[in-house]
Amino acid sequence: MWVYDKKLEYPINISKTDPKMAQAILTQYGGPNGELAASLRYLSQRYTMPNNMGKALLTDIGTEELAHLEMVATMIYQLTQFADPEDYKEADVSGYYSIWDKGIHPDSAGGVPFTASYINTMGKDTIADLQEDLAAEAKARATYENLLDLTNEPELVGPLSFLREREIVHFQRFGELLDNLEFDKNIRKQYFIKKPRIDSLY
Amino acid sequence: MNKMLDKQELERKIQELTFSAVELNLFLDTHPNDAQALQDYQYVINTLQQLKDLYNQNYGPLLNFGYASVNDNYWNWVSEEEKWPWENV
Repeated sequence: MWVYDKKLEYPINISKTDPKMAQAILTQYGGPNGELAASLRYLSQRYTMPNNMGKALLTDIGTEELAHLEMVATMIYQLTQFADPEDYKEADVSGYYSIWDKGIHPDSAGGVPFTASYINTMGKDTIADLQEDLAAEAKARATYENLLDLTNEPELVGPLSFLREREIVHFQRFGELLDNLEFDKNIRKQYFIKKPRIDSLY
Repeated sequence: MNKMLDKQELERKIQELTFSAVELNLFLDTHPNDAQALQDYQYVINTLQQLKDLYNQNYGPLLNFGYASVNDNYWNWVSEEEKWPWENV
């Protein structure tokens, strides 16, 4: 089960109204490299991890992604809470407003609704799952970098930079898990990419 | 020290320590034998628990499920006095 902790993982306090930026950030809510996809991916893949390190890491990172989902929604909420219909019109995001008002709906920035097609759960092929997870963290990091290209607002740069850094840490931890699983002889058979270690050559 | 912290300072302190706990938790997942990280984690969660207790006593519940004591006449989780995390400070 889960327990809700009534605070954000990183403080967010945005005073500016900017529906256009909210639409861009929405992609980390319900887009292909967003936090919803990340949390569902890890929390679904964890069941078939071959060891407890894998089960623990996917549970814990999947859980942290839910805290990131809340951070992303908070940024969108605060950027739009005082917007009036005219602001949406001027920002050219009246399409979103016409369907959802200020509701926070899991879509990509392009308006594509969230789909489970963004994630895979490959069962016994742990390596395929973990390679996907590494790629997902890299793509999410790239997305945060794109979002950071779109704003200089300190109130947004703080949380966006924090989220970008978490992708790097998760990438690192998934890489360590992959290294750990390399020593499992049943898992090792699934490896094709790594070169032999230098010390095994001599 | 605890008496000196107002609500927002206490909340920030809890946020910082929670982040340390999250980070150490993930690190320990892939480095379960790291003595320094284990020691750091123990320190962080001890301090965190003290601050959370202090917060719950003074400003209301951070967790609704079995961690905060209950007021005799009102379910504070729905108190209109309190902000939710996505609302501006």
